[in-house]
Amino acid sequence: MNATLNAIFAKHQHQPGALLPILHDIQHALGYVPDDAVPLIAKQLNLSRAEVHGVITYYHHFRQTPPGKHVVRVCCAEACQANGSEALAAHAVKRLQGADVTLEPVYCLGLCSVGPAVQIDETELHAQVTPKKFDALMNKLGEKA
Amino acid sequence: MNDLDYGTPAVTSEREVTLNIDGVAVSVPAGTSLMRAAVKAGVMIPKLCATDSLAPFGSCRLCLVEIEGRRGYPSSCTTPAEAGMTVRTQTPKLADLRRNVMELYISDHPLDCLTCAANGDCELQTTAGQVGLREVRYGMTGANHFTDAKKDESNPYFTYDPAKCIVCNRCVRACEEQQGTFALTISGRGFASRVTAGQGESFMDSDCVSCGACVNACPTATLTEKTVIAKGQADHEVVTTCAYCGVGCGFKAEMKGSEVVRMTPWKDGKANEGHSCVKGRFAWGYATHKDRITRPMIRTKTSDPWREVSWDEAFAHAAGEFRRIQQKYGRDSVGALVSSRCTNEEDYLVQKLVRAAFGNNNVDTCARVCHAPTGYGLGQTLGTSAGTQTFKSLEKSDVLLLIGINPTEGHPVVGSRLKRRVREGAALIVIDPREIDMVTAPHARATHHLKLRPGTNVAVLSALAHVIVTEGLINEAFIAERCETQAFADWREFAARPANSPEAMEAVTGVSAAEVRAAARLYATGGNAAIFYGLGVTEHSQGSTAVIAIANLAMATGNVGREGVGVNPLRGQNNVQGSCDMGGFPDIFPGYRHVSDNATRELFENAWGASLQSEPGLRIPNMLEAALDGSFKGLYCQGEDPAQSDPNTQHVQAALAAMECVVVQDLFLNETAKYAHVFLPGASFLEKDGTFTNGERRISRVRRVMPPLAGKADWETTMGLAEALGYPMHYEHPSQIMDEIARLTPSFAGVSYDKLERMGSVQWPCNDKAPEGTPLMHVNGFVRGKGRFMNTQYVPTDEKVTPRFPLLLTTGRILSQYNVGAQTRRTENVQFYSEDVLEIHPHDANERGIKDGDWVGIQSRAGDTVLRATVTERVQPGVVYTTFHFPESGANVITTDNSDWATNCPEYKVTAVQLVKVEQPSAWQKRNAREDEKQQRLLAGAKR
Repeated sequence: MNATLNAIFAKHQHQPGALLPILHDIQHALGYVPDDAVPLIAKQLNLSRAEVHGVITYYHHFRQTPPGKHVVRVCCAEACQANGSEALAAHAVKRLQGADVTLEPVYCLGLCSVGPAVQIDETELHAQVTPKKFDALMNKLGEKA
Repeated sequence: MNDLDYGTPAVTSEREVTLNIDGVAVSVPAGTSLMRAAVKAGVMIPKLCATDSLAPFGSCRLCLVEIEGRRGYPSSCTTPAEAGMTVRTQTPKLADLRRNVMELYISDHPLDCLTCAANGDCELQTTAGQVGLREVRYGMTGANHFTDAKKDESNPYFTYDPAKCIVCNRCVRACEEQQGTFALTISGRGFASRVTAGQGESFMDSDCVSCGACVNACPTATLTEKTVIAKGQADHEVVTTCAYCGVGCGFKAEMKGSEVVRMTPWKDGKANEGHSCVKGRFAWGYATHKDRITRPMIRTKTSDPWREVSWDEAFAHAAGEFRRIQQKYGRDSVGALVSSRCTNEEDYLVQKLVRAAFGNNNVDTCARVCHAPTGYGLGQTLGTSAGTQTFKSLEKSDVLLLIGINPTEGHPVVGSRLKRRVREGAALIVIDPREIDMVTAPHARATHHLKLRPGTNVAVLSALAHVIVTEGLINEAFIAERCETQAFADWREFAARPANSPEAMEAVTGVSAAEVRAAARLYATGGNAAIFYGLGVTEHSQGSTAVIAIANLAMATGNVGREGVGVNPLRGQNNVQGSCDMGGFPDIFPGYRHVSDNATRELFENAWGASLQSEPGLRIPNMLEAALDGSFKGLYCQGEDPAQSDPNTQHVQAALAAMECVVVQDLFLNETAKYAHVFLPGASFLEKDGTFTNGERRISRVRRVMPPLAGKADWETTMGLAEALGYPMHYEHPSQIMDEIARLTPSFAGVSYDKLERMGSVQWPCNDKAPEGTPLMHVNGFVRGKGRFMNTQYVPTDEKVTPRFPLLLTTGRILSQYNVGAQTRRTENVQFYSEDVLEIHPHDANERGIKDGDWVGIQSRAGDTVLRATVTERVQPGVVYTTFHFPESGANVITTDNSDWATNCPEYKVTAVQLVKVEQPSAWQKRNAREDEKQQRLLAGAKR
């Protein structure tokens, strides 16, 4: 972890207000922001541990524990809700029980006209996801029911 | 017991604006908030997140107002007053808004007011009453924060009960703005927002330093003192002065009858302005600790059991012994130590007793072992032995230079003021062998940390001077006008010598020349520069030289005699400044006048009706030496514990054991009392009237809030002893003693209890020339006339590392413990720090196979002891560090007899040592533990 952090710190060394970029980079590299990283971030930026903790917990994006093998986000913003994302989310919770997948709500993926929308692992976007289509996507991910 | 709360801090501005609030015209400095202006107009606007110790925040939405000609309902705490504004604070619409907001707050707050600890002191309750809340339409059954809330009771002094929390942020802001620790935050967002310590740990496990600022700021029962929970609200309060360090914070003792409920920092206290630290705020329980000795006791030999006697018998016995000793061994065979913890009046009486009743000048103070070099160094150069500016004026400093001072541990409230100034933009230079907290405090990082080798202050200071002289950074005009020409020319030539260059000194100090040059340039050219220093400067073989070097730097750059600049020795104990001012030295009368000065001596002879000696008496180390030689046999020791606090403990113990009559006046059976023949019970600061003088020369009142546990305040005890010696003193009240001091001391001529009552506090000199006191010294010229530069040749200490003693030990303080620990060890502060530990660098630890928590034997040329190791990079390789708060540690068994060349101030800060891993305490520690057990038995015998 320390080598990763030091590389990230070096990259942002002269950047004012580097806390958020650093947190993003750490989460990108490690999948989450470990508790043990907080004192080091605080020291690097001349902040207190509490301040860093406050920022991490303020943003839903930042995780304090390692995510599952895959991260699946279901859009729960207004347009997707109107197209049935609440039911989809409920289905997803059931479908993913016991699976090594982190399921998170997300508020708008920019696909408001073709909701409900789902994002898999930061990279894949899917529109008009029905429960059936969701199961197919999950099967493709290699996770068994 | 709440003071009027203006809601937002005072603003200073030369421009006044006049506006109209609820029909009342009011003028305030431009930039003042509408909320504060309203209070001035007699209008209290409801508020929850605002308090006048913190910057406005505008989150609670209760302080809304209407402004004529403007839309909406701005918050009055965040809206500055403008000329010609017409503001309404009470309209039907505002009432509606406030009630609705309050209703939301209360919908998530338990309705247990009657059994709540804040009942009678709850701003939420008061504000709900103000806005006329009558119902909560949302019900209390929905999602909330109070049903499953878990209290955090980890801190020994206060509880955090999230059930009561309205997330107003005041605690978080107090921790940031006032204290500067940033231990708290709000975690989560929206409904999940919660006050959180550290990374979601308990308060005790977080970075919290227990200063109490958050507890003070909390408007509800969320953060509450445990004593308030246990005892209920106070019924009256008395303003007094803290009896811990030399900052001299004003406190309100909140009382129920004669019982303290809590101590809260006094907003009008000039030294602290409403802030406090864990010691003054919470660690006052020692005053009524069961170990307090409340009856006088005597014994013939120190191996005899103590015998409780009447005051009269104790006085008669002590006086008889002193007179017998003087008869047998001569007039000079007895002496006294005045206490740096007692009041000015009490210190004055003890030195008066020595000079008039003992008939000699054998009186000294613990300043001998701390700031005596300050007296000498600043006296020689500037003309007076005291800090030159007020703490307040550091708000105008642009560069802060700290050398040999660890303010966040030793002088926490000044530490917080310094950190705040650094956060506001002042540059910080730290010169210290260790990485003290100030080096890396959140948002207040030091620009330069000169991590020098212990014992090389003078080398570093001379190198700084070299840069200032050779790079043309001298303030020539200032020197031409205010300093001695020849002395300056000599110094200039001295400082410019290549031998004093940072490059030449690098090998000695271990500090890179580039860093020294940069720091010197910053100090000389960075604007208003102020120096703060402490015992890390004075407690060296060249302590006085270093003080002189500091004064040289300040004069050379013109950084004395204005707001925001100066030289500030931070005094260790509450009244060490006062004990010096009051003549607690063998060579000076009150007001720093030499005993050989005939006019002064005559003045005192006439006033005291006794003939006085013109020869200086013995200093503490001389008394101890003379005791071992057999010529000094009797000591009256008031509120001082040389057997623990003075260097080379075994030497001190032997000297005390050689005396025939040791009279100890103290709260507890301290280490010195184990060698005493007479014990006179002392009184804590809560039990007497008097004054303390802090490090900025501020004289503040100490007020009695409870009767003395032993029946006498310390000034009465000294009077009793004086009378038994055949020299009766006649005072009914300490104010009369102060009147006598004022009559006989030019710098105190204008001081009286009436004036202190009126002004709150006053800084000496206070006389006809400065009837309101003197916040800034040396304004138009130095006290001694022309400022005098003196050359500061670096001479290495004799205490050198050798293959046998390869490491340097240096000593210091920790926040939660105070001095010898007699007070703080008898409070819950032991939960923060329960033993002295030895800090050691990982490199040195590895080399010796020492791991964190191991027992390590520390050997010096003077002795050896055993402490537990803490492996940390805070210290540099080759340097180890410890504190001396616990007698069983024997930290001073190791420290040596080396001392300052001018004043005999011991060299606590440099001892060459060797470390070995051990399994058991040292021989001294075992002996000491046996002796302690024996003395406790002898004490138990007296108490029956």
